[in-house]
Amino acid sequence: MDLKPLFEPRTMAVFGVSSTNYRHPANEIFTKNLLRYPVKVYGVNPRGGTVNGQSIHRSISEIPEPIDLAVIAVRADFVPDVLSECIRAKARSATVISGGFAEAGKRDLQERIVAIAQEASFPFVGPNCLGIYVPSHVDTFFLPGERMVKPAIGNVSFVSQSGGILVDHLIKFAGEGVGLAKAISIGNKALLGELDLLDYLAQDPATRVIVFYIEGFGPNEGRAFVQNAGKCGKPIIVLKSGKSAGGSRAVSSHTASLAGDYASFSAALSQYGIVEAANELELISFCESLSAYAKPIQGRVGIVTVSGGHGAMAIDACTAHGIVVPALPEDVREALRKNLSPSVREIASLANPIDLTGSGIDDDFVATAETLFAMEEIDCVLALLLPYIPGITADLGAKLSSVATRSGKPLIAYVPHVEKYAMLIEGFELNGAPVSPSIEGAVLMVEALRRNRPC
Amino acid sequence: MLESHPDILRIIEEARGDGWVLEAAAKQLFSLAGFAVPRFALARTTEEAHRFAGEIGYPVVAKIVSPRILHKSDVGGVAVGIGNDGRLAEVFERFRGLDGFQGVLVEEMLSGIELILGAKIDVQFGPMILLGMGGTGVEIYRDVALRMAPLTEKDALAMIDGLKARRLLEGYRGAAPVDRGKLTETIRIFSSLVMELEGRIESIDINPLLCSAGRCVVADVRIILKSISGTVSR
Repeated sequence: MDLKPLFEPRTMAVFGVSSTNYRHPANEIFTKNLLRYPVKVYGVNPRGGTVNGQSIHRSISEIPEPIDLAVIAVRADFVPDVLSECIRAKARSATVISGGFAEAGKRDLQERIVAIAQEASFPFVGPNCLGIYVPSHVDTFFLPGERMVKPAIGNVSFVSQSGGILVDHLIKFAGEGVGLAKAISIGNKALLGELDLLDYLAQDPATRVIVFYIEGFGPNEGRAFVQNAGKCGKPIIVLKSGKSAGGSRAVSSHTASLAGDYASFSAALSQYGIVEAANELELISFCESLSAYAKPIQGRVGIVTVSGGHGAMAIDACTAHGIVVPALPEDVREALRKNLSPSVREIASLANPIDLTGSGIDDDFVATAETLFAMEEIDCVLALLLPYIPGITADLGAKLSSVATRSGKPLIAYVPHVEKYAMLIEGFELNGAPVSPSIEGAVLMVEALRRNRPC
Repeated sequence: MLESHPDILRIIEEARGDGWVLEAAAKQLFSLAGFAVPRFALARTTEEAHRFAGEIGYPVVAKIVSPRILHKSDVGGVAVGIGNDGRLAEVFERFRGLDGFQGVLVEEMLSGIELILGAKIDVQFGPMILLGMGGTGVEIYRDVALRMAPLTEKDALAMIDGLKARRLLEGYRGAAPVDRGKLTETIRIFSSLVMELEGRIESIDINPLLCSAGRCVVADVRIILKSISGTVSR
């Protein structure tokens, strides 16, 4: 099955558009694509009429050109006929937005639409979903355009069983500067599921990191998913819910009890180098760092800061995650000391973490970063910045990023996220270094790089 | 493995009615599959028990044989370190009162670190293998490593190294270390066996797998068969 028309449609037909009920989900989808996206949109409703000054077609066969993507938002009972109609009219793909299938106890109806599509090798997403959002390309979410918070275009693609979780994370992506390639709400995943989208996104040049929100897999589907994910070569992040489900089921062996549904899920993921996020904070941190750096590290970190407290907090967080903070050899410390500014030289603490103190200036950070990046024992540098220290300028982000780029090793920064420090943060982010609003988040970014390990 | 040992399937088919394979048959199955098992015999009478114990040599272990008792320790159905005929007779009498009594397994007493080596056929992920610190406290300490089968040697080593109690296996405080090669090999053969039995079983507990400097022995094993297990009484 060719999934490309789902993501790169040139033409689109929206089924269920109403000339009387402008709040109908199909109308939202029709209108936003008509006004905001470079896709040719046609409304379809057997009753005809007009919407937004465009006439509504009574059937897909009346549309003068072939349809790449059919968006179906009609009552569940009508979906099988609409789907057959699309296939007869040689449409190339569909998203079924309508609910009222397996989730409402109507498994037969769902099986019918799957059978219709399978017979014709016709790809569809859903039912009971929001469908697809590709920034600047297409948007089948029935949410009013002005209410959606849209992240910048980027390289992270997000596949979600839940539409709500997906849209909420787009808001978080926007807030933390994670760029989006494609967002896919798969709902009941009757035909196309995680596995199909994994295979498609693995080949998608716009996608560098693939995120999945998963409630559960079908029989043996998890096995195929982790095996394909292990071979895909791109970092994969999974957020799982329903971890406690099934815990009360009576089990007759110790193994069955210890290897419950979630324990097995989690073990299989980590065995194949898939990064499991425990919660939303982890998910966003992992997305930020893996979209910046796809190369795995062992997790030996050099830390530079101007505050002993920040260094101590970072060490604790690193230790809790099993990340090593190697000591600096005597000769390295002496060489570095000579490169520091005179007022810092005598008072800086050059163990790891390196504390440049409140007298530190940009040049001291640059000298320290150069030393840390040059060390064989260190494969990642963490810069904990307090922008209110007098000697630090708004240029420091750009300066440190360029040291990192030259070294080829990842740099991760902590900067408090407020408007006032935006220029410092941008100095990092625009140069490819992720910035976290918390020390824990910054350490999680290191953790993601360490866990993203091809098996 | 199954082609060369048709008896493995015969043992499983014979246990269908019970929903699980009783210890003696399960050990026979594991022995056929190439695992080390202790010397044991099934005694129906006290006299038989005494004769077997004499052949094996005291001390011995005695275990209840009953299709109605899945977790023997939970009902006091395991006695270890039995040193003489008198003590064995007492234990035999006590076991006779337990639910579904069919006899007593008399077994040589071995020493070693108690591990659990288990398998479970997961709905989403298929055969999973579990390695952990074994014994009766296994669900309390929960020191286990879990992986999707089939396992490579590298997987097996990663599981051993993933245990919190790993230092106990490496010869903690003067003790002889567990034979790492034997343990790795045991895990690997187990993984192959589980892959072949995937459609027939629900889960397996080898608990304990007794590991010492020289060997890894399947000291007790329970095989729960597919789909019928829900009716097993505990």
